[in-house]
Amino acid sequence: MEELRRTPLDAVHRQTGARMVPFAGWDMPVMYSSILEEARSVRQGCGMFDISHMGRVYVEGPDALDLLQRTTTNDVNALLPGTAQYSLIANPDGGIIDDIIVYRVDAQKFLVVVNASNSDKDISWFRSHATASVEFNVVTQETAMIAVQGPRALEVASKAFRSDAVLNIGRFEFATLELEIAGCNATITACRTGYTGEDGLELIIPASMAPTLWARLHDEGAAPCGLGARDTLRIEAGYPLYGHEIDDNTSPVEALLMWAVSLTKGNFIGREPIAKLKSQKPARKLLGLKSDQRMQPRQGYTLFSNGERIGAITSGTFSPAHNITLAMAYIESSAATPGNIVQIQVRDKFVDAEIIPKKAMLQSAR
Amino acid sequence: MATTPADLKYSKTHEWVRLDGNVVTIGITDHAQAELGDITYLDLPEPGRVLQYDGQFGEVESVKAVSELFSPVSGTVAEINSEIVDHTESVNEDPFGKGWLIKVELANPSELAELMSAEDYVKFAEAGGH
Repeated sequence: MEELRRTPLDAVHRQTGARMVPFAGWDMPVMYSSILEEARSVRQGCGMFDISHMGRVYVEGPDALDLLQRTTTNDVNALLPGTAQYSLIANPDGGIIDDIIVYRVDAQKFLVVVNASNSDKDISWFRSHATASVEFNVVTQETAMIAVQGPRALEVASKAFRSDAVLNIGRFEFATLELEIAGCNATITACRTGYTGEDGLELIIPASMAPTLWARLHDEGAAPCGLGARDTLRIEAGYPLYGHEIDDNTSPVEALLMWAVSLTKGNFIGREPIAKLKSQKPARKLLGLKSDQRMQPRQGYTLFSNGERIGAITSGTFSPAHNITLAMAYIESSAATPGNIVQIQVRDKFVDAEIIPKKAMLQSAR
Repeated sequence: MATTPADLKYSKTHEWVRLDGNVVTIGITDHAQAELGDITYLDLPEPGRVLQYDGQFGEVESVKAVSELFSPVSGTVAEINSEIVDHTESVNEDPFGKGWLIKVELANPSELAELMSAEDYVKFAEAGGH
C-alpha cells in the first residue's frame, strides 16, 4: 500500500487528539471530539476544516479560457476576474468526471479546485485536452487549504488576520491578501465559498504558515472540525459528493445540477448527451429525504413506495438540531414528487421518509 | 483515556455487566462508545425477551457506523432504559451510569465466570480486541 500523504497541519491534528483516517490517499482528521458537536459549531458559530487534501491547480495561458470552456460545463466566460463558479467536468457520455470550483484570476489565469480523490484524473484530463499554450501549476503540495465556516466565520477570520479586508469579499468572490503572520509576510487567497451551507471562507495559504494561522483561528473562536462533520454538514445542505450523488455514470440532468451547466455557451465535452437527456426528461432524479426516525439511511439502502422499489440512497446523516435524519436518493421520476411519503429499508426495518427538494434540506437542519 | 470501573465484568464484544442479586445491568464500555463516536440510535429488545449467551440483543448506531449488541449472559430482559432512546448521547456521556441499556434476570449465573475483569478488559481493548 502506498504511504498516505500528510497535510501541513498533520502534526497539529495529532497533538489535539484528532482521530485520523485514510481518505483519498491522505491521512485526514475524521473527528476531534464529536462529529455532531463539531457540526453544531459550524451551524451556530464558526468551525474550521483542514481541506489541504483537495487538488489545487493554476491553469494559465492564451488558451486557458478555451480549455476550460471545452472541459467544464459552466460558462467560464461569464466569470469576472476575482469571481468563482461551481462547475462540472463531464465525460463524452455526459457523465460527471468531477465537480469543481473555477476561480478566474485574470483574463488568462484560472485556479481550479478539485476533489482529492479525483485530482490526478482531473489534471490528466485537462492536460490531455490542452494546447501548448496552456500551462499547469499544481500547488496542492506547497500550499494548505483551510475552510472557515459558520455565521461567525468572516468575523473570526478578520480577527485572526488582524485585517478587515476579508469582510469586503462577496459570495463566490475571492481576493488575494498580503498578511503578516508570526513575523512573516505571506500572500493568501481568500474565497467566499464553502461546502457546509453556511457563510464562510476557503483560504489557500503557504504550507509553512498553516499551523500558525490554524492556531490563530482557533484562538478567535473557530472550532476544529473533521471530515465527519464536513460530511454531515454537506448532506444537510443537499450538496453532492463524488462517489455518492455523482460519478461517471450520473448525468447533471438527473442530479439536478443543470444550474452549473451552460447549454448556450458553445460546445463542450458532454454537451450533446446532456442536452439530449434534458429534452427527454430523465428516468430518475436526485432528491432529498427527511425522516423523524433516528435510523440513519446509508448509501445503497433501497427506497420503496407502495411496496415497489423506486430508488436508492446515495448519502444520509443524523441531523442533530431536530433529531431527524436527512438523506439524498435517486428516485424514479414517476415517484419523485416532493411531499410523497416513501419507505427506506434500513436493515430489517422500513422507515417512513418524506421526499423534499434538496434546497429544502438545510432549513430542516437548522 | 477510557475509564473501566473495577467492580464490573466485561465481554469481548465490549459490553459491561453489573451484578445485583440475580439481575445484571448491561451497557457498552467507555472504550466502545469512544470507538463508535456520537451515538444516534439504539434498538433495544422488549422486556420479557429471552436472550442467549453471546446472542444478538440489539443495535447501536452512530453517525459513522452500525454495530450489533451481544448479550454477555443468557436470561430474560427485565427492564430496558427507555430514557435513553431519545437521549442516545447519554451512552457517550455516561456509559456506565445513565447510559445503561438493559437489565436481565440471569438464567445461568455460572456464565459470569466467562467474562473478563476490568484489568483483563483493559489489556484486551488496548490490544485492539474484537
